[in-house]
Amino acid sequence: MNSIKIEAMEDTPRIVFDPENDIFEVSGRSLPEDAALFYEPIIDWLRNYAKNPNKITEMHIKLNYFNTASSKLLLDMLLILEEMVEDGKECIIKWYHDEEDEDMAEAGEEYAELVDVPFSLLTY
Amino acid sequence: MEKKLMNEIFHDYVFDFYRKMQINQIHLIYEGEVTHQITKAFTALTEDNMAKESEPNNLQMKVFHIIVESLQNISKHAQNIEGLDDTKGIGTFLIAKSTTDYFIIAGNLVHNEDIRSMVELIDTINILDKDGLKRLHKEQMKLGKISERGGAGLGFIDIARKSGKALGYEFKPITHNVSFFILTTQIPRNNNE
Repeated sequence: MNSIKIEAMEDTPRIVFDPENDIFEVSGRSLPEDAALFYEPIIDWLRNYAKNPNKITEMHIKLNYFNTASSKLLLDMLLILEEMVEDGKECIIKWYHDEEDEDMAEAGEEYAELVDVPFSLLTY
Repeated sequence: MEKKLMNEIFHDYVFDFYRKMQINQIHLIYEGEVTHQITKAFTALTEDNMAKESEPNNLQMKVFHIIVESLQNISKHAQNIEGLDDTKGIGTFLIAKSTTDYFIIAGNLVHNEDIRSMVELIDTINILDKDGLKRLHKEQMKLGKISERGGAGLGFIDIARKSGKALGYEFKPITHNVSFFILTTQIPRNNNE
């Protein structure tokens, strides 16, 4: 399966989904002008991947900022992982936040409540 | 003669504007189209200023967040108003700082028919406490969809959660079907919650 690699920009995160090397990572900040436009191909890719995923999918999220439109699309992404778990696949979400960043820690906790996927909150 | 008079008017205006900015501790004021470039420029500028003033990181993030949401509110929701020149995405934006708070103020034109639902939403938000806002946010995350305008319906909720204060708002009537909506967010500089 193809991989996705998008370098971080001023207003969009770095995204690497590389099943061959077991890398699934979203990092940086996300406040694109049109969040749906940015995330649509990524969500499509993930949907496609979910049909025949790796044995374990470990999603690393290291965002330091996202706007509300991005937060909704991020949830849509994580809900695909939830569907994978329902289908008996193994997934884990690792949410990284700055030790001092309470808002990002809280955001992680809230995603953990919203999606039924093993979730760990980690600091960097 | 006429030219001299015009110059005087402009000079008085600029000087008066400068003094009012100083008195009210206004750091930035903008009127015009809120593009993505403008959002990026204002956030970068504010980030630099706050870093120079050694504001705590979490305050910097809160202010950054509220600036982005307030500006994206304008760019997504300021509508074209029939009978007026192009007003889509046009708004007024202001950042002020006192010894105790930051103030982010955003204004744009709205149709009067939209006022009721906006008032209902903001009033609902304003009576909720921290946990209530958290629940409302969760509900909207679950049920909400990205709208045609590209919003998630989370902006006001999120601004209120980040600021920890009630949202200030006012609708100033302009014509029988158009008003100017003003949203004021207060962000305490010393938040020891």
